Amino acid sequence: MVELGALGLEQGGHILLLRALREAGEGGRVCVSGTHPDLPLQLSVFAREGAHQIESPAPDERKEGAVCALVAGSSLNARQRGAVRAGSARADHRTLHSYADARWGLAARGALVEAGAPSWDFSLNDRDLVWADEAKKLYAQALASQWDPEEAIPWNAPIDHPPFVEDAIVQVMTYLVENENAALLVPARFLGRIHPHFREVVQLLAIQIADEARHVEVFTRRALLRRDALGLSTVGGQRSLQTLFEESDFVLSTLLLSVLGEGSFVDLLWFLHEHAPDPVTGAIAQLTARDESRHVAAGMAHVHAALEARPEDRSRAQRAIEQRHLALQHTSGLNAEVFDALVLLAAGGLSPAAIARGFDAVQRLQSRMREGRQRRLERLGFTADDASILAGLHTRNFM
Amino acid sequence: MKRDRSKLVLGAVAYDAKVVTIWDGFLRWFEERSLPFDYVLYTNYERQVEGLFLGEHHVSWNSPLAWLQAERLAASERRVARAIAMRDTDQDLRSAILVRKDSAVNTIADLRDKRIGVGAWDSPQATILPMLHLAENGLDPERDAKIVHHDVLVGKHGDHIGGERDAVKALLAGTIDAACVLDANVLGFTRDGTVASGALRTLAVTEPFDHCNFTIVDGDDAPAGSIAKFTELLFSQDYSDPAVRPLMDLEGLKAWKPGRVERYAPLARAIDRFRTIEPWLKARTETTA
Ligand SMILES: [Fe+2]
Ligand SMILES: [Fe+2]
Repeated sequence: MVELGALGLEQGGHILLLRALREAGEGGRVCVSGTHPDLPLQLSVFAREGAHQIESPAPDERKEGAVCALVAGSSLNARQRGAVRAGSARADHRTLHSYADARWGLAARGALVEAGAPSWDFSLNDRDLVWADEAKKLYAQALASQWDPEEAIPWNAPIDHPPFVEDAIVQVMTYLVENENAALLVPARFLGRIHPHFREVVQLLAIQIADEARHVEVFTRRALLRRDALGLSTVGGQRSLQTLFEESDFVLSTLLLSVLGEGSFVDLLWFLHEHAPDPVTGAIAQLTARDESRHVAAGMAHVHAALEARPEDRSRAQRAIEQRHLALQHTSGLNAEVFDALVLLAAGGLSPAAIARGFDAVQRLQSRMREGRQRRLERLGFTADDASILAGLHTRNFM
Repeated sequence: MKRDRSKLVLGAVAYDAKVVTIWDGFLRWFEERSLPFDYVLYTNYERQVEGLFLGEHHVSWNSPLAWLQAERLAASERRVARAIAMRDTDQDLRSAILVRKDSAVNTIADLRDKRIGVGAWDSPQATILPMLHLAENGLDPERDAKIVHHDVLVGKHGDHIGGERDAVKALLAGTIDAACVLDANVLGFTRDGTVASGALRTLAVTEPFDHCNFTIVDGDDAPAGSIAKFTELLFSQDYSDPAVRPLMDLEGLKAWKPGRVERYAPLARAIDRFRTIEPWLKARTETTA
């Protein structure tokens, strides 16, 4: 007996009825009592719409207060029949399905998906091309490391360097914004193609994209702190970024963007931190460098897992680096204005001796970047020789 | 021109854009099961009934009022209309006459000289049947009370619930004293927030009646065996089959039932009493004579 008291079906009484009917199972009989004035009318609607039989209570049931009896119809659990589990909720590389089913769609991993659900076209549905066990941990770290530009950066700190230094800063910031735009949009374009079954990967990319949005903001804001206009954007720089954009393979894109590009950027940002002429630039460089280190770690984990799963892809990776080099060999590479600006920042003055010091520092930066790329490629399993050659083929634009 | 007679053609009224989704879905489903099928849409049931008799289609998806129009038009031509199938949810509906919780109206007699909100004038559930209920219980609605129509989409025979919703809103606003709605909407309007729970009270409930059916008329030129195949396929639809469940959800049923016509008796009494379809029927029989 479901005792509804004064509760009507328009106030949620149907929940109690459905629980009782499910418990009784198809063909099971459930008596209902209650005092809501519309209860008989409501019960007949409920029975009709749910395809349950409605019957008069037997005399003894009536004695116990039953208004009517419902006999559970066959459609009660129709949605559960033939439904499939969208994998298991707690999963790692070992327990994940190798392919995420198109019909799991947006369902939570581990949810019961009604049969007949629409098919979703997520082209990145192959675990081996998408998944890295580290994604979960890296996502948590990224969340814990978020910073608010308003609070974290001393925007009102004094800026008292000469105008040529500020010009250099504006040019470098202009270059950084352009590259951050690529770092934001390239993963964003893949994000929409990844099957949400690979939840942790999607989350990690999402927070990474948020990081890049913040980078775009702070670099822009720094550029405009003392100036009204930004610096020069060059054909060579944009060509280089366009080749990144055109890489439609997720793993290769991660290799080019994160392992090689963002990896080089970490060195660049620490260089800026070291030579920052003012506390604002210093704080920005430090905070963004930390974010970029996480992006590099995420990229390393992704490419490492993908190459473990498919060692034969190593040669494709090699080819991708070579092809990008060929595509860019007749472009100017790094914006010359940016190069000179970096020299000036490291020089800190305009005397020939200072310029020589600055030039030397930028050259050391470039070899640090190259060594870093080689080290990472070796960690991904490339031979020292291959890694050395490939590290040298990376775009002169750094990203 | 020679007419294409290779397909069973169904007629339906486009009371909502989803009608296209529904019948496109059925079309595919029937074709996959070797029933060549097509459908035509009408903007109103009167045009659809005419279409059935003119041979524009073979099976009408009819409102209860359209069923009676077809049945009587058939009789005038010495033909026979038959209801071949209906939804489980078309059987044993009732309508309720609602008043505000604190209303002084406690009996049908109390509705004398009051404003009674109904739906579209051609809505069986929101207008015609509740008015019959009042009339058969001692209150001539047209003489003893003021009927306030909420005419949304006339010609659609109340398929669109907008008229009922407007009536209930008017009742809550106090511009009318009672409102007539289908039993399912008594629940539905509370669930969707149109009415606060407990704000309205059910004054009276009509006797049970049936709603839509698939209607055919003898002497049609449907492809041989296609109507039998049509009903056979309908009755085979199983709500636990994911291929057809979305269609059944759209059409609002769990199972198809053989057509039955006894429960159209209240509506037949009502249209006799109120002469609801008389002018329409007269005009049709004059032109076909
Ligand atoms: Fe960044
Ligand atoms: Fe980044």
